[in-house]
Amino acid sequence: MNLTLYVWRQKSSKDPGRLVQYEAKDISSDMSFLEMLDVVNEGLIVKGEEPIAFDSDCREGICGMCGQVVNGVPHGPRKKTTLCQLHMRHFKDNDTLYIEPFRAKAFPVIKDLIVDRGAFDKIIQSGGYISVHTGGVPDGNTLLIPKHDADIAMDAAECIGCGACVAACPNGSAMLFTAAKVSHLAMLPQGKIEAARRVCAMTEEMLAQGFGNCSNHYECEAVCPKGIKVKFIAKLNREFIKAQMTGS
Amino acid sequence: MILDGKIPSGPLHEKWDKRLAEMKLVNPANKRKHRIIVIGTGLAGASAAASLGELGYTVDVFCFQDSPRRAHSISAQGGINAAKNYPNDGDSIERLFYDTIKGGDFRSREANVYRLAQLSANIIDQCVAQGVPFARDYAGYLTTRSFGGAQVSRTFYARGQTGQQLLLGAYGALSRQIRAGTVTLHPRTEMLDLVIVDGHAKGITVRDLVSGRIDSYAADAVCLASGGYANVFFLTTNSVMSGVTATYRAYKKGAFFANPCFTQIHPTCIPVTGEHQAKLTLMSESLRNDGRVWVPKIKGDKRPANDIPESERDYYLERKYPAFGNLAARDVTSRATKEVCDEGRGVGPGGRGVYLDLGGAIGRLGENTIRERYGNLFEMYERITAEDAYQQPMRIYPAPHYAMGGLWVDYNLESNVRGLFVLGEANFSDHGANRLGASALMQGLADGYFIIPYTIANYLADTKPGVVAPDAPEFKKSCEEVEAFTKRLLAIKGKKTAHEFHRELGKLMWNNVGMSRSEASLKEALKRIPEIRAEFWKNVTVPGSGRELNQELEKAGRVADFLEFAELLTHDALQRDESCGAHFRVEHQTAEGEALRDDKHFSYVSAWEHKGVDKEPELHKEPLVFEHAHLAVRSYK
Repeated sequence: MNLTLYVWRQKSSKDPGRLVQYEAKDISSDMSFLEMLDVVNEGLIVKGEEPIAFDSDCREGICGMCGQVVNGVPHGPRKKTTLCQLHMRHFKDNDTLYIEPFRAKAFPVIKDLIVDRGAFDKIIQSGGYISVHTGGVPDGNTLLIPKHDADIAMDAAECIGCGACVAACPNGSAMLFTAAKVSHLAMLPQGKIEAARRVCAMTEEMLAQGFGNCSNHYECEAVCPKGIKVKFIAKLNREFIKAQMTGS
Repeated sequence: MILDGKIPSGPLHEKWDKRLAEMKLVNPANKRKHRIIVIGTGLAGASAAASLGELGYTVDVFCFQDSPRRAHSISAQGGINAAKNYPNDGDSIERLFYDTIKGGDFRSREANVYRLAQLSANIIDQCVAQGVPFARDYAGYLTTRSFGGAQVSRTFYARGQTGQQLLLGAYGALSRQIRAGTVTLHPRTEMLDLVIVDGHAKGITVRDLVSGRIDSYAADAVCLASGGYANVFFLTTNSVMSGVTATYRAYKKGAFFANPCFTQIHPTCIPVTGEHQAKLTLMSESLRNDGRVWVPKIKGDKRPANDIPESERDYYLERKYPAFGNLAARDVTSRATKEVCDEGRGVGPGGRGVYLDLGGAIGRLGENTIRERYGNLFEMYERITAEDAYQQPMRIYPAPHYAMGGLWVDYNLESNVRGLFVLGEANFSDHGANRLGASALMQGLADGYFIIPYTIANYLADTKPGVVAPDAPEFKKSCEEVEAFTKRLLAIKGKKTAHEFHRELGKLMWNNVGMSRSEASLKEALKRIPEIRAEFWKNVTVPGSGRELNQELEKAGRVADFLEFAELLTHDALQRDESCGAHFRVEHQTAEGEALRDDKHFSYVSAWEHKGVDKEPELHKEPLVFEHAHLAVRSYK
């Protein structure tokens, strides 16, 4: 199939950036979206032009490195699918695609479709863990965890940290990302001890990094490639209020 | 030179305790004065950096991704082995040790493997304490699954995302240390050289991938945890950025590269569809637990899988290996698969595929149970192939997956270059000629959490902290060399992309140095590789400049290293004139087509010393001594 692409090109964070038109020719429906861009890039390089810069690594939907906005939707039109796992069979011949970076105040563009998501690391660094040292821990089976709780913790822990939730949110909020980590750890007995301190620290850091607040648009859940549910945002709010009320 | 693995004396089960007791310690007040560099933030690197930071050392950790959470360990699906014997099915440290050393076809170092088995249980406990949501049963206890190469159920898992969850656990521990200020994170930074001062590793030279700046960092010791080199085959299950660059450049600076020809082909990957493909996707081996592998009995049978009656299916793994059946070791399974496809009984486009059928299990256990166990894998399969594996069997084919070879290290994980420690897939020590499933996660975390914190102290205790400053002439020289390398790549301005060269090299390696190797195929590869390399240096094109984010420049640098490393790998494969584990030389096979080891002549580790590009590397040997395990013919029958 043949496609017309309008791709965001921006040399650096200081450059204003613009959409540039490219033709993607003879694209096979078995290609992934990123393989389609690889083909376009190969053509550009041979012509002596600079290829389109974009992030990707595992190309199997788990590392969270890739992510672009395709026709207004982070990771493109398929539900629960990262861009690297989106295949061209979901597009039609002669389609026009607008390809842009994830946009948010807290995700400055580095080049073309690459953004700086270091703010996510900062949120985790503020408390997204259990403060256990290496060694000196009890046997794994001394801590019984009801299957139901372990399953919910896992549902939240599946977050790949790609940032699509932020890009989709009109407020550029990182509530779903933060909520996923807060919920994952607060669901588990070993994570409960620090739960109050954690939710306060992570929420504070989230705001300090320039992310907005949640106003219940639920765009984040709609685009999340791992299907993380907004119910975890409710859990985050509950944990936060609980921490405030108990004065922790 | 005969290499000394510095294995402690005494009975196997006392060796690690003995070493722990005899190693020196660093005074708590002095730890922060020691600076340690860690390259890579996968399971080995992240767990090492976190643990060393906790101890109070000053750590600099580097990764080329945008965040330490992205490293390729994250892709591991199936699980992590541990000799917990929770299911009461007869597991023990001894049995995990034996399975691993047998799985590696007796080409790994006995003492290392035993230590790995001893530490395996601690890893599970550590990860549970970190909040890793392992699968639990209804009473709240940890559950396990079976995996290839074992007859006990010892694999712990978190759905089909075990690697992700373990990595996020280590990433959490690392993040905590970054916050505490003991660890400094350098994301989007690639190591391009190892700096050696007076025979000791004292730093690295890196390129900041955003600004393009080339800089050096000095330290008192360097830990390389940069992963494996399977991408030398181009189409593999590895992440697209994974390369050999960090370890290869350390090799060029004097570190020995051990057993590079031991590369694993994973039996259960989604078959290739076309030239455009950038990588292949693995379907967790755990599927073989409930799935049965088969091909039609008749050559060229084009009927849809569901129309082929039971009597006309050949469950070739069950037929050939009745004791292990669909759970035979990876290399054995991969070769059996290649064999039936070579006979013309392969399925799918191009005939390079076999069925992995979970139909029986769905009928027996119900779709819900299967969905719970493997749901995400079925989704992944459907996304890539547009086929519903609940309705028709999956198609799979082997693909390069893991590197058992790596930089040579002694029992303390220190390379022949003093002060250079190598962890995880980047070293060679634990998996011999073939790695068992669910053992990579185990090794990465054992190295990082429980071995390096002790062994690096033993080294640092004898060194004065900060004796080498970043303005030492060795650093300046290293920066100049890296700068010159970059300029050379940019100046060629040829006609072909780095990607094209990589694909060409990969095809050659897959066909000639892949699942089976012959003297003729290896010699041909040794002739062709330098030709491709010469063309690369004449005709590659790298747009842009070195002083900006330039992904083509990064890629070209990695491909340049593969083009040299491929020759080393092939050379090793030719020199090792026996078959063992994943290294299958067609000249050496039993009447039934199984690998035929030659213990008399090849029971050693091959550690290669760099002598210059276009020159033959020099072979050093570390004899493999088996004091405990009985050398046996590996059989899964």
